[in-house]
This record gives sequence, C-alpha cells and structure tokens, in this order.
Amino acid sequence: MAKAKLTFEDIGQSVNVPAGIRVIEVSEKVGAGIIYGCREGDCGTCMMHVTEGWNNLTEPSVLEEKVLRENMAGRHDRLACQAQVIGDCTVKPA
Amino acid sequence: MSRTTAGSEGQPGTGTTPVAIADGVHWIGALDPSLRRFDLILRTANGTTYNAYAVRGSAGVAVVDTVKAEFADTFFARLEQVAGYDEIRVIVLNHLEPDHSGALPELMRRAPRAKLVISKRAPAMLKALLKADDQEIRYDTVDTGDAIDLGDRRLRFLHTPFLHWPDTQCTYLPEQQVLFSGDVFGCHHCDPRLFNDRVGDFRFAFEYYYAHIMRPFKAHVLDALKLIEPLPLKLIAPTHGPILRERPRRYVARYRELSGADMALEPVLADAKPLRTLLVFYLSAYGSTARMAEAIAAGAEGVPGIRVSLYDLDGGETEPFVDLIEAADAIALGSPTVNGDAVKPVWDLLSSLAVVSLRGKVGAAFGSYGWSGEAVPMIEDRLRGLKLRVPVPGLRLKLIPTDAELADCRDFGQALAQAVTGADGAAAEAGGGAQKPVIDFADLA
Repeated sequence: MAKAKLTFEDIGQSVNVPAGIRVIEVSEKVGAGIIYGCREGDCGTCMMHVTEGWNNLTEPSVLEEKVLRENMAGRHDRLACQAQVIGDCTVKPA
Repeated sequence: MSRTTAGSEGQPGTGTTPVAIADGVHWIGALDPSLRRFDLILRTANGTTYNAYAVRGSAGVAVVDTVKAEFADTFFARLEQVAGYDEIRVIVLNHLEPDHSGALPELMRRAPRAKLVISKRAPAMLKALLKADDQEIRYDTVDTGDAIDLGDRRLRFLHTPFLHWPDTQCTYLPEQQVLFSGDVFGCHHCDPRLFNDRVGDFRFAFEYYYAHIMRPFKAHVLDALKLIEPLPLKLIAPTHGPILRERPRRYVARYRELSGADMALEPVLADAKPLRTLLVFYLSAYGSTARMAEAIAAGAEGVPGIRVSLYDLDGGETEPFVDLIEAADAIALGSPTVNGDAVKPVWDLLSSLAVVSLRGKVGAAFGSYGWSGEAVPMIEDRLRGLKLRVPVPGLRLKLIPTDAELADCRDFGQALAQAVTGADGAAAEAGGGAQKPVIDFADLA
C-alpha cells in the first residue's frame, strides 16, 4: 500500500501512514495538539493548518467547505477529521 | 458569611439595581444562591452568579455576556436602568454556554440596532444553540487584535480558545483597564457583596473551579496568559463569582502557577538526566496480579531513562492518583477479572481522568484471571477511548503465575518502558536535532 509521511509540527513528530488515512486517526494516537469535537465534520473544532503539502490531502467535500467557511477558516486550513492523507504533508492546530 | 442571609438587603447585588464597577461600566448580572450543582459536575455550596456587564461609550452601549434564561428578567431590569435598548450597538458573548447566552435571543429582539460579536470559533455553536428558535441572529466574528469603537472607548478582543470551550474569548476595555474574562478567573461563589474585597472567603471556590473547568486545558490557559499578562489590569470581570478589583493580578499569577508543572516536590534524582515516568497500578485479591505488577515494574526499571512507580489502587484515594497520572508519561493498569469485568476501583480511576489532559500518554493493561479474563481487553479499550496510545498488547495470566510467566511480565514491562522512552528501535535513527524519530502507523494501532 502506498505510504505517506504525515508530520505534526506542534510536537515535532512524523508518522509513516498508509495513503488514504484521515488525519484524526493518527493525531490522537501520537498526542498532537489538534482537538476534536463531533468527529464527523460538523462542528469545526478540529480545524488544522496545513503548513506543507497542501495538495497532498484529499479535496474538501462540499460539507467540509461549508463548515470551514462558517468557522472563518484561512486558506490552508482543513478539518482533521475529514482530510485524508495522500502524500507527505505537515499540519498543526489552527 | 458566605450564604445570602440576614443583612444581605442593601448589598450591591440584591434587588434589580445595576452596580457600577468602573467609569461607564455596570454589572447587570444575576445571583443564583440556591444552585447546588452546576453542569452536573460541580458542587456549588453557596450557589453561583451569572455576571453580565454594560459598557457605555460616547457612540453607544455594549452589553458583554448575558445570563441563564431563567434569570433574564433580573438581567433586563438592571440593563434598562443603565441603557435604552435603542442605544445598544454591540452585544459581546465571550462564551456561548447557555448560562451566558440564555437571554441572548430576547435581547436581540429588544435591541434591534445591536450586532452580536463572537469569537471566530463560535458561529457553528451559535447556530446549534439557537436552531430551535427561528430568529435570525446578526453576528460578526472577531479575533485577537480586533477592536470595536464605542466612541470614547474601545473593546479589544483576545482569542482564548478552549477556556473552557472552543469558542471562548476575552474582551478588554483599555481605557478603564477592565478585562471581561468570561469563565476564566471565575468561580461558583454567590455573594451579593460582589467584589473580591467585600465577599466571603472564596479561595476554595476559585481553586475548585480551576481544577474542574480549566485544568484539562492547561496548555490553552498558558497560551491565553501570554495575551492577558501584558495588559494593564485594574479590574477583572468574570462571568461567575466575585468581580476582582483588589489586586487582580494575583488571580492571573495563580492561574500561571496552577497551569505549570507541579515541581514543588518533584523527586530529586541522583542522575540529572530527564526521565520518562511510568506508573504501575494494580489490584489483587490473592496476590497474583500484584506479583505480575512487581515483575512488570522490575522489567521496566531495567530500561535506561525511565522512572517506575508501583501502587496498589486499593491503598489510596483516587484524587492523588489522578494528579500522578497527569504528570506521568505512561500508566499500566492491572486488574483481576471478577464476573467478566475489571474491578470497580479501576473504573473509578479511569472515570476520574476527565479533569486532566491525557494527550500523548501511553497505556497498558495486565491481570491474572480465573477462567474468563475479560478485564485486560476491556481496560485496553477504555484506555484507547481516553486517547491513550496502547503500543504493547495486554498481558493476561491464568491464576498463579509461574517463574516463566513472571519472566513474560518482566519482558512486558521492558517493552512498555521502551515504547515510552522511544528505545523500541526507532531511537537508532536519532542523529541529533529536536525532531523525533519517524514512527510507523502500524506501531500505533
């Protein structure tokens, strides 16, 4: 299976992950600072900033776009419970 | 006196009179002296207050926070004495929890020229709070550095998320050096004398509030203090409890103390190298799980860079153990299986950990059993549910451990310690720099 390196900038930790995994599935296990609420893309609590590899996450869904808008997300902000890793990228809490 | 009894009449907070707290600033909140439990989790020995404030500027009035819905009448009665509804330009909600937003829909109806101002993380919550009410709410979102002009004075905003909800913020009035801090620096203490230099002793309430509301978010408290500490402060106006006008900085300093690592009685180690810490807790009816715990601790202790502590859960109160876990890097929990479950003190401990942050900690489970042995996987599931990493599969032994099985326990302790210290293979990659070795996702699962 294709692998990607997902890096959590706030704790300086990189993890080799299978491509397609959601950020939420990794961040809690390594103790990164992203905090979760509903875990289903509705509340916006888990907003994260993608500092590198923006294009290496899956495109946001219409629903995610809406929640990002409602939460005044910046240009490279995503929801960690929704974004799937498809290549190397670096994230931190928004 | 700490309860509203004889003599309370004539105190500032009684009746429906607004109380001036600074030039052009009034308290317009409500007292709730009979409340005995707040949000299911906090005991409130003498009730609480819902503090709201009105700020008059030359270009209009701002209302900062409201009250719980059932106290709206008192809130409106006080507000009407300091401002007409048409004068209200701005309504600031520093925190959307219903005890502060309860009077908002009615206030928005009465004050048609007012715009609601909330933090950038609050809109989704606002919608969820008001979805049963068809009313359209006009709002702006603000971030640190944003300000609203009231003519001769401004309201400045500090984005202080997770104190104690994602939406929380503080509002600062630079001209009067007043900080409207939301739940930060608040406490459940109802006293009609209102001000910290007049009310009864509320130290316990202040500490208790921090311990249950702010403690799980210590890292966020420290971030917020970076914004708050540089501000000149004459008065802190929180949403619960006394208004802090006498030496307000003491409360800011206390938050910093409470949010730092408790180094007071940190053990002095012969080896000055920083250590990772593993706590091994166990319960044992006939000594088998206790012997496992001792062997696990011994195995872990052999790994360089870890300090191991061993505790019989039956021999202590839960709260000090929670304090220890907050400061530790890893915990191992041992329980026998009784009637298909771990024993109650284990669940009591695990259900008491909501007041501390467990992020990034490692967990493990072990135990001796008679015939079924469900306790270990059940504890592991719970540890994962609490977001601990469980890198070493749990260890179960049937009844009395043999020497060979105790050797397995030592191996288990060693593997656990290596996972905690990062000595489990990945360390070989270390070549300097602060970046930790890359770990593989399969090792996390």
